[in-house]
Amino acid sequence: MITVKDLHKSFGDLEVLKGIDATVDESEVVCVIGPSGSGKSTFLRCLNLLEEITAGEVRINGDKLTDPSVNINDVRSQVGMVFQHFNLFPHKTVLDNITLGPIKVKGLSVNEAKDVGLKLLEKVGLSDKADDYPDSLSGGQKQRVAIARSLAMNPKVMLFDEPTSALDPELVGDVLEVMKDLAEEGMTMVVVTHEMGFAKEVGDRVLFMDEGIIMEEGEPTQIFDNPQNPRTQSFLSKIL
Amino acid sequence: MIYTIMDTAYIKSLPFLIDGLKITLSITVIGLFLGMIIGSLAGLGKLSKNKFIRGFWSVYVEVVRGTPILAQALFLYYGVSEDLIGLNISSFTAGVIAIAVNAGAYIAEIVRGAVYSIDKGQHEAGRSMGLTEKQTMRYIIWPQAFKRMIPPLGNQFIISLKDTSVFSVIVVHDVVFMAKEYYNTTFEIFETLVMVCLLYLCITIPTALYLNRLERKLDV
Ligand SMILES: Nc1ncnc2c1ncn2[C@@H]1O[C@H](COP(=O)(O)OP(=O)(O)O)[C@@H](O)[C@H]1O
Ligand SMILES: [Mg+2]
Repeated sequence: MITVKDLHKSFGDLEVLKGIDATVDESEVVCVIGPSGSGKSTFLRCLNLLEEITAGEVRINGDKLTDPSVNINDVRSQVGMVFQHFNLFPHKTVLDNITLGPIKVKGLSVNEAKDVGLKLLEKVGLSDKADDYPDSLSGGQKQRVAIARSLAMNPKVMLFDEPTSALDPELVGDVLEVMKDLAEEGMTMVVVTHEMGFAKEVGDRVLFMDEGIIMEEGEPTQIFDNPQNPRTQSFLSKIL
Repeated sequence: MIYTIMDTAYIKSLPFLIDGLKITLSITVIGLFLGMIIGSLAGLGKLSKNKFIRGFWSVYVEVVRGTPILAQALFLYYGVSEDLIGLNISSFTAGVIAIAVNAGAYIAEIVRGAVYSIDKGQHEAGRSMGLTEKQTMRYIIWPQAFKRMIPPLGNQFIISLKDTSVFSVIVVHDVVFMAKEYYNTTFEIFETLVMVCLLYLCITIPTALYLNRLERKLDV
């Protein structure tokens, strides 16, 4: 579903990604862990070209993202992205946040889009918030709306960049619950996270990133219980 | 004070001045409307990735902000339209263009600042769901930025309104021009100019008060 080959990314002189190779299979949940500044967000953002790729190749469903003939807006509409800080549109109601993409990108009618939106709000447990503005929601509710907004595009892959890092601890559970449901429905997911519990329980595979490369990867039990790389060991010992 | 204001010398000048005020207001409103269009183009142009577009609008903004509006008005009316292209535009039209060009440069900065102040994540959220650059601007960035532009735009209205007073030198029949005509025949200079200032204040003070309230209500 996603293949990444020798991906490099520099900001000016600063090389942030130094050759990443990775694959994500259909319905797989891949969790990305690693110290702050190691390039996790940049890696994720290269997967939908929010960052321009310096060198290497990213394919999604066979489409090479850097190929000039690929319509990047098409690709993006198939790759959902959930941000640490939600990035909901504050001037739109919860429902309008969700229906904007389906209406403008997919060409759904307003009524069709509303049906989709209301179903998704029910799915994330926020049916009663459809007409509210994002400002009136808690962080956890905002993130669930943001997930619903991404799902409304009916994406083939969902990217999550530390979706619970900005949340009060008691609100994390609801968001993880929604993500777990998604994983169980077979959604392909790449999740940058510090929630080791989630990675263990839901993740099929864990990538440990440090200094712009993938230092170690494997099944969650292997990475968490028996890490081979000293860097992984020292990182895990600090956070567990 | 009340007595002196009600004195006929003050009141008698009013009909003349109000004729002038109509011109002052028309130039301000039409000029600002056009200035809003120019300013939006310029403000977005200054944020463009294309360095020629960026450079063009930067030069425009700096030239206009670095020269006095009186010189701009003279230049437009006598310099460009009469001398250079031999076109006889009315002084009213010249005044409107001068306000449009002048306010456009200041509005450009208002637009640029407001758009720039919108969190980058808004743009990313829009683009990552497949909206084009244009759609993202139109449905996500602009509506939020516009809200932040309203108070400074109101302020620009007050500034431009006062700026029109220099157009009497290109024979625009605004409040100041009418006042001069009036006191040149009646010699009631003090009384007339008091009324001129009061007329301006009748517009600027309520506008400023309204803007204060609006600013609090918009919470920007
Ligand atoms: N737009 C940018 N311009 C310059 N440097 C950046 C930019 N985005 C990220 N970086 C740098 O790239 C490195 C990796 O950042 P990031 O991918 O956000 O790491 P992580 O998500 O693992 O914390 C950091 O050193 C960061 O400062
Ligand atoms: Mg990050």
